[in-house]
Amino acid sequence: MSLWRSGASGVAQGARREGASQSRTGWRDLYHAWLRHHRLSAADSMQRVLDNPVSSAMTWLVIGIALALPSGLNVALDNISQLSASWDSPAQISLFLHDEVSDERARELQTELSARADVSVSRFVSREEALEEFRSLSGFADVLSSLQANPLPHLIVVAPAQDSDQLAAAGLRAELEAYPDVAQAVLDMEWLQRLNSLMMLGRRLVWAVAGLLILGVLLILGNTIRLAIESRREEIVIVKLVGGSNAFVRRPFLYTGLWYGVGGGLFAGLLVGASLWFLQDTVAELARLYQSDFRLRGLGIMGGLNLIILGGMLGLAGAWLAVSRHLADIQPR
Amino acid sequence: MISFDRVSKRYAEGHDALREVSVEIARDELVFLTGHSGAGKSTMLRMIMLMERPTRGQVLVDGQNLAGVSARGIPRHRRSIGVVFQNHRLLYDRPVFDNVALPLIIAGYDHREVGRRVRAALDKVGLLSRERAMPVTLSGGEQQRVGIARAVVGKPRILLADEPTGNLDPALSAEIMQLFEEFNQVGVTVLIASHDLALISRLRHRIITLRHGRLVSGAAA
Ligand SMILES: Nc1ncnc2c1ncn2[C@@H]1O[C@H](COP(=O)(O)OP(=O)(O)O)[C@@H](O)[C@H]1O
Ligand SMILES: [Mg+2]
Repeated sequence: MSLWRSGASGVAQGARREGASQSRTGWRDLYHAWLRHHRLSAADSMQRVLDNPVSSAMTWLVIGIALALPSGLNVALDNISQLSASWDSPAQISLFLHDEVSDERARELQTELSARADVSVSRFVSREEALEEFRSLSGFADVLSSLQANPLPHLIVVAPAQDSDQLAAAGLRAELEAYPDVAQAVLDMEWLQRLNSLMMLGRRLVWAVAGLLILGVLLILGNTIRLAIESRREEIVIVKLVGGSNAFVRRPFLYTGLWYGVGGGLFAGLLVGASLWFLQDTVAELARLYQSDFRLRGLGIMGGLNLIILGGMLGLAGAWLAVSRHLADIQPR
Repeated sequence: MISFDRVSKRYAEGHDALREVSVEIARDELVFLTGHSGAGKSTMLRMIMLMERPTRGQVLVDGQNLAGVSARGIPRHRRSIGVVFQNHRLLYDRPVFDNVALPLIIAGYDHREVGRRVRAALDKVGLLSRERAMPVTLSGGEQQRVGIARAVVGKPRILLADEPTGNLDPALSAEIMQLFEEFNQVGVTVLIASHDLALISRLRHRIITLRHGRLVSGAAA
């Protein structure tokens, strides 16, 4: 295994040149020679990677973990946003009325609101009903019955018209809060908005983490390739002495980087897949409890492929960094 | 084929390795380059293969002024020259076959052609049966012959050798020199640096002598 490997009989053959001399070398021959060396380098670098299974697996694992982290977080965020999108219950606005508003006035107000064009349904929950409901649901029955007065206000729940978006719902909320009888109007979508902005923050964090980890991957790969170059210094000198060009010397190291990167991407895909598989039962159980048909969504074929391509590109880039820094220093003496 | 025109070389430390050396080596010639250790023999060979550049003066190889060869052009230039080193400079983790094949792989020959040429070269140096051997299992003389096979496998028109018999006993040295003569007889220009005057003066070829970087005899054929 070296910068080339003449014994590699499995390598497909390009055009044969019969007794060709250097001066008769045409473009076609050059192209075939170039292609041939690419094949040799690719196969040889792969062989070298496989010849050291332990250290190669370590490199793959390190790169895999570094790529799996942001990719896994991204998959998690995708799942959450899929989940929050499936919560398509229209926004609700809860109107808490002032304590002194009477039952009759509250019912009047409800009718009045129902007539509005931008309101689809409204429901009146009197303070007595609210107390009853609360008592039966909350388990605070004892505490509540020890209270002198009912602490709960009248409540009117308003659903905005079907075609109103979040902005319109927010506008409606503000309008309703301006009613003199209304103490407070609460848009129940607020938690969803908060979730959405949290997710936005999450995505930015993922990008930042991904940036750092990608930098780390580049450095790791660069260092690995640097060590490979160092350990083959004498070989490189000899190849340069007998006329190997920089491109010729560089090629196998670029392939080494590529194979490390591709392997790392593959490992990352496997890691993400394994963690999802690990979580799947728990999530399915949770979804069943909440009567949701939610299913965890994985990377998918494309996502996995992208990881491998990204790994490969990082591998090439890292190798390129190392090679361009260290190969020129090695000159025959 | 090779010409030095008032070439001087001063190394970075201020040491003058060559001073105003002018010499012509014709096509088909076999020339010895001799002188004490440190006289500048290796420096001359290194200039021909562009491992060093002259401080002053010009080196021409096959009609081309080497000053006009850029860093990018060096590999191609080196491919046109076969070189044999005193310490062999073989790839010790590769078998003999791969060592000899290296220049052909670099030149991009397909593997059938590589096999044919490598075997022809190994046959020439008498090592055909050892193509799968690792270099460490060979004697010094055999390793040197592997080096020679690698130098000639690409059919260069110029063959350089720097102390090719440096570590060999007289009988082996004579054998190696005879190999070089055979290559010379088929039209290769051969330049051999050696301080083994006893050996080279027995062979009837021109001898260029250097002393402290100055050429003292053998400037012309
Ligand atoms: N890279 C170098 N840097 C500095 N001095 C050198 C270098 N190479 C050779 N020299 C000096 O140049 C002189 C000629 O060296 P060299 O050409 O190797 O002589 P030879 O091969 O005849 O023994 C010596 O004095 C040597 O010390
Ligand atoms: Mg010397």
